[in-house]
Amino acid sequence: MLYLYDGSLPVSNILKEWYEQEATSNYGAYIPFVGTVRSEDGIDGLSFDIYEPILNSWFDAWQEKAKTKGAVIKMAHSRGDVMLHESSYIAAVFSPKRRVALEFIDEFVEDFKASAPIWKYDLRDGERIYALDRSTAIKGSGILGVQK
Amino acid sequence: MIKVEFLGPIQKPSLELEISNLNELAIILQEDAEMSEWLANCAVAVNDTLVSSLEAPLKSGDKISLLPPVCGG
Repeated sequence: MLYLYDGSLPVSNILKEWYEQEATSNYGAYIPFVGTVRSEDGIDGLSFDIYEPILNSWFDAWQEKAKTKGAVIKMAHSRGDVMLHESSYIAAVFSPKRRVALEFIDEFVEDFKASAPIWKYDLRDGERIYALDRSTAIKGSGILGVQK
Repeated sequence: MIKVEFLGPIQKPSLELEISNLNELAIILQEDAEMSEWLANCAVAVNDTLVSSLEAPLKSGDKISLLPPVCGG
């Protein structure tokens, strides 16, 4: 349950839709995380590129992990431009009891930041500038740079 | 023929190369001045699976992807 949108996310609709999807699934906990673009360093917004084949396999591996705990993960992310005070990311975990969902949302979002193949750019004065200083090299990076 | 694609912010068109393993790709890209800043922090995928070694053999039709540092959310 991975949903990609062009531009900003319709947050209220997504949260409501996910709630309704699982309303009778007998989950005791629904814990969403919503990421919103903040005004800082003079940016006008953010922009995103996504590489879907690897994002899908990364997400599927997490969904399998959640399944072993009786939980389900849902995620929505934006492609392209998202302006100030709009949202680009929602992750949510449903689980029978709260502890599993609380732990999963933390682990999932941290691994998302470190591993999901999504690239962020600052929008500033009409330019799209790669946010290298806020980005993380994927585990195992650098093998092509080793001199023989 | 092996296709090499550069993802996200790496502004470089795809390459089609006759290579038989990733070591040969490393040598080619290390000689490419516009790639020098990227190689130290790029992850590598073969047919959309991340790899951690240069030794795996490649076959014609394989696709290699270079993934620079990420920041979703």
